[in-house]
Amino acid sequence: MKIAVCAKYVPEATAARRIDPQTKRLDRSGEGALNPFDVNAVEEALKLGEAAGADDGEVVIVSLGPERALDAMRRALAMGADRIVLVADEAAAGSDLVATSRILAAALERESPDLVLFGQQADDADGAVLWAAVADRLQRPLISQVADLTLEDGKVRGKRQTEYGYDVIDAPLPAVVAVSDAINEPRYPSLKGIMGAKKKPQETLSLADLGVPADEAGEAGSRTTVQALSDPPARGDTVKIEDDGSGAEKILEFLQERKAL
Amino acid sequence: MKFLVFLEDHEGRLQKDSLGVLSKAASLGGEVEGVVLGSEIEGLAAEAGRFGAQRVHVLDDVLLGAPLPQPRVDALENLLRDRGFDAVLFAASVLSADVAAGLAARLDAGLNYDLADLVVEDGKLVGKRPALGDSVYADVGWTSEPCLALVRSGTFEPAESGGSAEVETFESRLQDFSLAATMVERAHEESEGPSIEDADVIVAGGRGLGGPENFALVEELAKALGGAVAATRAVVDAGWYPYAAQVGQTGKTVSPKLYVAVGISGAIQHKVGMQGSGLIVAINKDPNAPIFEYADLGVVGDLHEIVPKLTELVRARKAA
Repeated sequence: MKIAVCAKYVPEATAARRIDPQTKRLDRSGEGALNPFDVNAVEEALKLGEAAGADDGEVVIVSLGPERALDAMRRALAMGADRIVLVADEAAAGSDLVATSRILAAALERESPDLVLFGQQADDADGAVLWAAVADRLQRPLISQVADLTLEDGKVRGKRQTEYGYDVIDAPLPAVVAVSDAINEPRYPSLKGIMGAKKKPQETLSLADLGVPADEAGEAGSRTTVQALSDPPARGDTVKIEDDGSGAEKILEFLQERKAL
Repeated sequence: MKFLVFLEDHEGRLQKDSLGVLSKAASLGGEVEGVVLGSEIEGLAAEAGRFGAQRVHVLDDVLLGAPLPQPRVDALENLLRDRGFDAVLFAASVLSADVAAGLAARLDAGLNYDLADLVVEDGKLVGKRPALGDSVYADVGWTSEPCLALVRSGTFEPAESGGSAEVETFESRLQDFSLAATMVERAHEESEGPSIEDADVIVAGGRGLGGPENFALVEELAKALGGAVAATRAVVDAGWYPYAAQVGQTGKTVSPKLYVAVGISGAIQHKVGMQGSGLIVAINKDPNAPIFEYADLGVVGDLHEIVPKLTELVRARKAA
């Protein structure tokens, strides 16, 4: 059983975020981390592997990002994943959904896993659509928004949350599944895991290695553009205070002032 | 421009958000057509006419009975290749987001998502996409045809125009891999008690509560304020609170006069369900929680201290 987890390198949650007015892309020059929503997908992959109990099980992290993303991706190795495949190529920077899904699908085809897992969304771009594009390129069945996942007899069963409640969906392997962040509580890496992570295989690939032409990646391979940045429609002022013991009183005063009681 | 609007149905009705997108397309001018894909859906197409569709394409196939995305991608691909459209518009939902992204890959067509508005400038479609916790709007465009646009849920209100649509049925081959995933069971809870959609005051709890037992804090405060209790997706999925109380993208969209968010980080999927609230008060221990960017009053602190105290203060004030 081989499980691939698609993971994204995103700016640290605590870092101030800005959009570069020149490129109109998110400034990614600061510290980065493994997308927190993808940590749930890594945990689920490890759990499924453990439940299957087979010795030949493998969890591989597949990512598209700059070379320094490897440092952040190692957290998945420390948790227990077996290796990383990182597609790092300057020509891939600025890839939109069409280009990103093409590159990831090429990397996944090279691995041909039994199951591909995605996290619920990207923490930086709020994107929550990539899995469906990748599933279409791989021509594999898809289950998204999965709050509970089981694996048996060559198929996955996912409990999908929708606007109307929960659906139970089956898909034969190989399949693509996107999990919700409520599906599990990710484990913390053990000290032994952290020590061992550096020694695990970490492969960096170029677009050429995958046979993806440079003009089908990055901005050249994208089909959407950012034309301008503007201020959003005004919303009233927001006030943020630290609770010094009088937080409850301050809320009450505010509600009285605004005649909300 | 020639628009195609993906019309999602649920239990014999067209979904409100997709009718809203249809009305928006009609207001942009040009040709506006809709598409309905499902099983036993005759009658729905006529409804679309009242909201601005001039023509509605219908594929009625038992294989489309379950709301699964992949066969819908096949059907849309065929319709687009046969009829040609400049833009295909979707109202975001669990189903339509997967359909839109699958179609983008199939056609190598650009998809802009989470759009808060659509305009036509110099004959070209432009989307407004909020970014960085909605602190910036990006004007986004397309370099391919058709343009695929996924509109944030709850963005456009349906507007009846009183027109009528010409209905055309079509056929499509569905691919084997698209039919591989199958629906085993649909477990939809019926909501009990007063609906949170009608409440003037809502107190909502999130993962910051720490455990299901702490929902009592939220319930007490809601009782004191005379309001209803809501929950985030994370705690509903974790089984702390029933699905009927869930606010967010998958869940209910609410707009009470007062919304008190307790232990809720306020990520985008929650925000789209409650941003129309009159006043938003947030209590969270994480000063970097996104909810502080749009709460009218945000208090950084321990909810276990603040909420019981606030409940007492509200009770005392109401008794006075």
